[in-house]
Amino acid sequence: MRQIDPDFLALPLRRLADAALQRARDLGVEHAAFRLERVRAETLRLFDANLEGSIDADDLGFAVRVIKDGTWGFASGIELTPEAAARAAEEAVRVAAVSAPINREPIELSPEPAYSDVTWVSAYDVDPFDVPLRDKVALLSEWSSGMLGAVDHVSASLMQVKEQKFYADTAGTVTTQQRVRVHPALTAMKTDGDRFDDMRTLAPPVGRGYEYLTGTGWDFPAELAELPDLLAEKLKAPSVDAGAYDLVVHPSNLWLTIHESIGHATELDRALGYEAAYAGTSFATFDKLGSLHYGSPVMNITGDRTQEHGLATVGWDDEGVAGQSFDIVKDGTLVGYQLDRRMALMKGFGRSNGCAFADSPGHVPIQRMANVSLRPAEDGPSTDELISRVERGIYVLGDKSWSIDMQRYNFQFTGQRFYKIENGRLAGQLRDVAYQATTTDFWRSMEAVGGPGTYVLGGAFNCGKGQPGQVAPVSHGAPSALFRGVRILNTVQEGGK
Amino acid sequence: MTPQETVERALALSEADDCIVIVDEGSTANLRFAGNTLTTNGVARSSQLTVISVAGQGVGVVSRAAVRPDQLAGVVAAADAAARDARPSDDARPLIEGTSLDGWDREVEPTSIEVFRDFAPALGESFAAAEASGRRLYGFAEHILTSTFVGSSTGLRLRHDQPTGRLELNAKSTDMSRSAWTGVATRDFTDVDVAALDATLAQRLEWSKRRVDLEAGRYETILPPTAVADLMIYLYWTAGARDAADGRTVFSKTGGGTRVGERLSPLPVRLYSDPAYPGIECSPFQIAHASSREQSVFDNGMRLGATDWIADGTLRNLLQTRHSAELTGLAATPQIDNLIMTGPDGGRSLEEMIASTERGLLLTCLWYIREVDPQTLLLTGLTRDGVYLVEKGEVVGEVNNFRFNESPVDLLGRVTEVGASAQTLPREWNDYFTRTVMPAVRVPDFNMSTVSQAN
Repeated sequence: MRQIDPDFLALPLRRLADAALQRARDLGVEHAAFRLERVRAETLRLFDANLEGSIDADDLGFAVRVIKDGTWGFASGIELTPEAAARAAEEAVRVAAVSAPINREPIELSPEPAYSDVTWVSAYDVDPFDVPLRDKVALLSEWSSGMLGAVDHVSASLMQVKEQKFYADTAGTVTTQQRVRVHPALTAMKTDGDRFDDMRTLAPPVGRGYEYLTGTGWDFPAELAELPDLLAEKLKAPSVDAGAYDLVVHPSNLWLTIHESIGHATELDRALGYEAAYAGTSFATFDKLGSLHYGSPVMNITGDRTQEHGLATVGWDDEGVAGQSFDIVKDGTLVGYQLDRRMALMKGFGRSNGCAFADSPGHVPIQRMANVSLRPAEDGPSTDELISRVERGIYVLGDKSWSIDMQRYNFQFTGQRFYKIENGRLAGQLRDVAYQATTTDFWRSMEAVGGPGTYVLGGAFNCGKGQPGQVAPVSHGAPSALFRGVRILNTVQEGGK
Repeated sequence: MTPQETVERALALSEADDCIVIVDEGSTANLRFAGNTLTTNGVARSSQLTVISVAGQGVGVVSRAAVRPDQLAGVVAAADAAARDARPSDDARPLIEGTSLDGWDREVEPTSIEVFRDFAPALGESFAAAEASGRRLYGFAEHILTSTFVGSSTGLRLRHDQPTGRLELNAKSTDMSRSAWTGVATRDFTDVDVAALDATLAQRLEWSKRRVDLEAGRYETILPPTAVADLMIYLYWTAGARDAADGRTVFSKTGGGTRVGERLSPLPVRLYSDPAYPGIECSPFQIAHASSREQSVFDNGMRLGATDWIADGTLRNLLQTRHSAELTGLAATPQIDNLIMTGPDGGRSLEEMIASTERGLLLTCLWYIREVDPQTLLLTGLTRDGVYLVEKGEVVGEVNNFRFNESPVDLLGRVTEVGASAQTLPREWNDYFTRTVMPAVRVPDFNMSTVSQAN
């Protein structure tokens, strides 16, 4: 197991925390938390095997959050001295005072055991920031060059993040954590006559290190070798006839549908209306807990902040709550929500399930998504077996366009590849496909889920929520799954052409 | 160490052939509220140093937060080393030669929670009024001040102070079944009248008391300025010259090249940017922390002036770097941080457009807008917070929400009326883009693809 970087531990973490928390106590707060973060991100982009741009950036600072007279106050700072930390505590108390006249709900938090001086590091082998930039550029360039000639253009990108957090609160919890994530992606582009199209790798972003690019967890050379021919086939494929089809959806596409129609819909802050003006609310309102027929009986959804290599996996969340795994949908029925400490207490859950997260030292922790995943069926079918059950349908791979309404009812998704299914067999690719449904109709139409052999952990670096806007990384696991009678659009016809 | 000193010291430390140093000093204050009460708040400061070193045609970019004086040499050395190690960059060009603007030496004045000193009590009064009238207010108020300093080894010493403020106000009925939204962009919150904004929302919630369910289909639709802003911003973001020249976008010409010079609208529509436009002023020079397809670090400091993207209904320019301008043989017209759209002289107000509508839909705003097909720029998304049915010149009730599938480029060719332009806050994209002046437009056949149950 990797250790937390010594240069992060060498920062005056405890001295600053002690100064901030003591000043907050002196000012009479009910609760205070100190968080110091360093988030390092490097992004590089290539086009046709040449480096187009790269930036190696970090964000470093600390935050103090207080509850004073029942009102939140938050301030952050960048000067890493005990004096600045104490000033931030004072400023947070001032913010609470200015805000008090417009606060009508006294803030209280659910209880959580204190964790004294504990550490956690995510599962990775090679720190991507230990790999020279030229080696990364060379690898992406080699991969791109391998496709050029067979395709017109290739774009390639690699995002790498190392997130280090120190947290301490007035209840006595002190946590220090470090996690790493990477996201390589390549897109091939080709024109055939008047038609242009592209196709991106299906490799998901993961909570791994640079080893992900060199053979651990994904076979990039194998995927890249297939891409030019797949794109050529897509360019010559017929345009889909709009109508109702059975769908077999691969996890490389289904993860995003899970994210939008289940992940966000089961955030309790949304269900209670706290995101109503921005991200929206949820059709899965609190009164439906335990009774909402979310999907078919084969639908089992878990929230998990402990899954190895998951992008939302942590040891403790940004309110000092231990990472947990919990049920959200069981046998098709809504049985749980994702919680932070305030929401957990407010609605009588007793304890938070650890879903508070802030994306930077300058932002407050808000309720963010766990790794929300669809469980495969033990002894469930293979993807081929699912396809064999379809007379007239479409097999969907890879995510592309996505959109869903502000209560998470109506969605529309496209993908990287769509195959016609005829009489239980794949019959070539289709173009111009989008699927559109209402969330509960879609999940109730799920007839079967694949077995563990079909399960893949997908995800994204950039789930957006909150104001000021915050981005969070999150993974979603899924098996292949079979859906009956889903509305398919022809996107060219939708454009009026 | 002041940001100006940081720039000078970093430039002096660099051993690369050339060097650009950017310092961004930021401060923010915000209030967020839901259900007539505060939910979160905060103040934050940031300081980001970006060193862009150039060695031959190689470039290295290292950006670090909260850099202490003793760390400066390390950051510069890392950028220098990255540049020496880099392959030649396609966009490498001689750096912009020294120019300077007034105010370089002035101190940075951060914003604070005090920016809401008058606004917060007024908001509290609106909460009380809303509570008494059966409305719940939701929303967000934010003020940001960013001072950006750009210095270079070729003599640039440029500074830009950018205030950005926004208020989003959303009113809902107590059962959450009816919703209305408005938003304003502001530079300092002194011009925000929250009571007046709440009054417009109260009127719209009254409109929505009568519910009319409509099927999906194509409807005559009035898009208000905020909805037009969101669509035009998407168009603007996808107007990169390189992608167009590579055949990837709606601005690619069949058979090669770009569509610059092609008429997109029969109406004399103008879409342009102008750093000096009153009320939505933005940086008059190029600031690029990293190169991409639409911007180049080598263009830092390039002066920006009023630029037509579409004029007299015809595509005039695309987002360019000096490099892409050479590739495409077009003018070097970098992206600018504001966007203005106008139609023919004498454009009518939104109220006048409603009054002249026999039967049609009036939207409040659009949401969750995403690209479906880059080659047509087909976008999908939702209507949100009030779709109103207009009959014989009056709003007669609220209609269900819809998912739409439309291309803003295609819409430009079908718009039958462009109203008077006014400053507006884009609903969807205001996290990234707040400075817009837009008209309402009338579309005779807006494609509502399906009904959304959301309200």
